[in-house]
Amino acid sequence: MTTMATTESRWTGGLSPFGMSWQKLMMWWFIVTDALLFAGFLGGYGFSRLGSANWPAPSKVFSMPFLTVMTFVLISSSATMACAVAAAKARDRAAVARFTALTLLGGVIFLSMQAWEWAHFIGDGGRPAGNPWGDARFGSYFFLVTGFHGTHVLLGVVILLIVALRARKDRYTDNGVEVAGLYWHFVDLVWVFIFGCFYLI
Amino acid sequence: MEHRQGFLGKYVFSFDHKVIGIQYIVTAILMAVIAGALAVIIRTRLAWPGVGAKAFPPEAYISFVTMHGTLMVFFVVSLALSGLANFLIPLQIGARDMAYPFLNMLSFWTVVPACLIMLASFFVTGGAAASGWTAYPPLSAVKEAVPGSGLGQTLWLLGMALFIFSFTMGGLNFLTTTLNLRTRGMTMRRMPITVWGFLVATVLAILAFPPLTAAALMLLADRHLDTSFFVTDMLMGGKYRALGDGTPLLFQHLFWFLGHPEVYVLVLPCICMTFDILPAFTRRPIFGYRPSVYAMLVIGVLSMIVWGHHMFVTGMNPYVGKYFSIATVIITAPFSILGVNLLASLWRARMRFATPMLFALAVISAVGLGGFGGLFLGTMTSDIYFHDTYFVVGHFHLMIGTVTLLSIFGATYFWFPKMFGRMMDERLGRWHFWLTAGPMITIFVLMHMQGLGGMLRRTYDPSLYPYNEHNSTLRLPITLLAFLLFLAQSIFVWNFTKSIFKGEKAPANPWEATTLEWQAPSPPPHGNFGEQLPVVHRFAYEYSPGEGQADFVPQTVEKTA
Ligand code: HEM
Ligand SMILES: [Cu+2]
Repeated sequence: MTTMATTESRWTGGLSPFGMSWQKLMMWWFIVTDALLFAGFLGGYGFSRLGSANWPAPSKVFSMPFLTVMTFVLISSSATMACAVAAAKARDRAAVARFTALTLLGGVIFLSMQAWEWAHFIGDGGRPAGNPWGDARFGSYFFLVTGFHGTHVLLGVVILLIVALRARKDRYTDNGVEVAGLYWHFVDLVWVFIFGCFYLI
Repeated sequence: MEHRQGFLGKYVFSFDHKVIGIQYIVTAILMAVIAGALAVIIRTRLAWPGVGAKAFPPEAYISFVTMHGTLMVFFVVSLALSGLANFLIPLQIGARDMAYPFLNMLSFWTVVPACLIMLASFFVTGGAAASGWTAYPPLSAVKEAVPGSGLGQTLWLLGMALFIFSFTMGGLNFLTTTLNLRTRGMTMRRMPITVWGFLVATVLAILAFPPLTAAALMLLADRHLDTSFFVTDMLMGGKYRALGDGTPLLFQHLFWFLGHPEVYVLVLPCICMTFDILPAFTRRPIFGYRPSVYAMLVIGVLSMIVWGHHMFVTGMNPYVGKYFSIATVIITAPFSILGVNLLASLWRARMRFATPMLFALAVISAVGLGGFGGLFLGTMTSDIYFHDTYFVVGHFHLMIGTVTLLSIFGATYFWFPKMFGRMMDERLGRWHFWLTAGPMITIFVLMHMQGLGGMLRRTYDPSLYPYNEHNSTLRLPITLLAFLLFLAQSIFVWNFTKSIFKGEKAPANPWEATTLEWQAPSPPPHGNFGEQLPVVHRFAYEYSPGEGQADFVPQTVEKTA
């Protein structure tokens, strides 16, 4: 008689304890480590800003309505991504392709708006090394953090492009779409933190 | 699992975790030769101050110290552990390979250019980086600060970035594999403790490295985009330089947020491998498996919130220092549990003295000695005196130098038969043991003495300072021991190389051990375990279970109820 039956739980081995594929688990861990990278940036930002005597007021430099639209676009793209994942589970190929393409569009609009914002910032005299408004690090952190986040969005757009193309050719797996979705939601969530730390307060 | 044919596919760009593991270990050995040679050069300078000062100026000295530290921590000990983790994790949990073998191959081939870039930095104008293994600004942030702050430092940052990238990819694989690919019956509580050690260490690395990456990117920006995250207006070379509004303190926080957990990333797996070696030679189960695992988890959590003990004298708010001091001293509690459990694992042992066991015993001593010194460095009041002295140098060499290297040696002797299907030479092993453990522990204990006497670290010529006169007696003995230590490693290299080709053929289970890797053939074939994956029925350390029973029961043996 084996004792296997009596100790049956998720952790007995032979199966994933969280009931998820290794791809998904790996993406979760990647998200954890990437989140800490942003935490490093934002922690440094907080440390610098709290210790600074002349940090400029963000509302004087950035256009808040514009940023709100930007944020809205990105968050909406999270919603369409969720629809794509649901469609993949339902094996609705056309819907996967459609919703992924919509998400991708959201990402591209966001990136274009960010490019416009950078151009504006630079036009007003903001540089990585200094700016007309106050503490030199204000611009440094702006370029560093939004640039790093923008790179993540760009990478996400490339991933979504691949997912969309594969969906058109019916070569997608619901697992793959879900893993891509996890990444996309993460990138959106990070933006919410950046939005809060950089622009709102 | 398909076989990839050809020399390239089999030995160079292999996807097989065992081959990749051995590639890591061999790389670590090569880097150790270089990092060790640097240590010997440093010691030579310290023993005969003033001799040959033209050929070896202060700038070169600090460069060599920097590169010795960097290579040892990240490219010797970390790589050797990556190698052992690669080799052991799938075998010990009963998996056929890592979860994502391709990524695993990529991790190794990312770290190779990292090594080459680090080594190349010795040969560029200005020489290798000279800001310490901690890369503190302003030396690391201002390109003109010292010769090593130029291209050398840029290459250092590039090499580290690649290293971190590779380590992260490797870590993702370790975690996913350990959680998802355990074979049937391999519950978390039946896992060999080595796998636990790697699990905790990997989680720590995954959490602690990213902020250093952030710091490295900011440092690059400071160097090349004239930002001022970590620099402020300062006097440099007698001239006032308007550099910006930042502070070096921020870099130190970000660095040590990694730096302290990194110590446990190195030490925990080593302590666990020692735990794993002990029972095969004491013929007893290890003592306190569960308390040790819980202690490690507590250490893991605490290690993330004590980094400030490296910064007591930096101008950080002393009240914050007080918090860091208390938190640090609290860590000694779970850490002592580990140490005491190691020692208690010897209780009522029926000893078999083979080379791996000798190393395991020396590790226990080093854990005790090293941990003891830590108490004085974690207490703010005494650290104000000890900071930046050879007491610190002696202390961290005992923990991340001696504990790690001795247990990595022990692990190599222990698992070598599984890696190559041959035994290492026992007689050479003993010579290597005595000529390694003896000098190593002595050197670092003597360094504590110099530190008590007030000798400062990173000092090019200690004879220049009258206050340091009473420390001069120990300089030569330490250096001679370092020579001996370095030379003795040729025994190991010879033994390792010779045994791969000419060693005595090893049976599947030469040490009569219980865990899964010993139930596979030596060396295990591609896919590790023939047609059927093994099924686990019992705890990892069932030695001498009781009167009238076998001396040891492998994990795969079914329980007879
Ligand atoms: C076993 C032979 C070794 C010897 C004789 C040796 C010797 C030394 C000496 C004399 C210094 C201090 C130089 C100074 O401050 O002026 C030093 C620094 C250092 N060593 Fe070692 N070492 C050895 C092995 C290791 C190992 C195995 C590690 C591994 C982790 C290591 C890590 C470091 C680090 C991190 C530093 C500090 C570098 C800095 O100040 O930036 N060493 N070593
Ligand atoms: Cu520490």
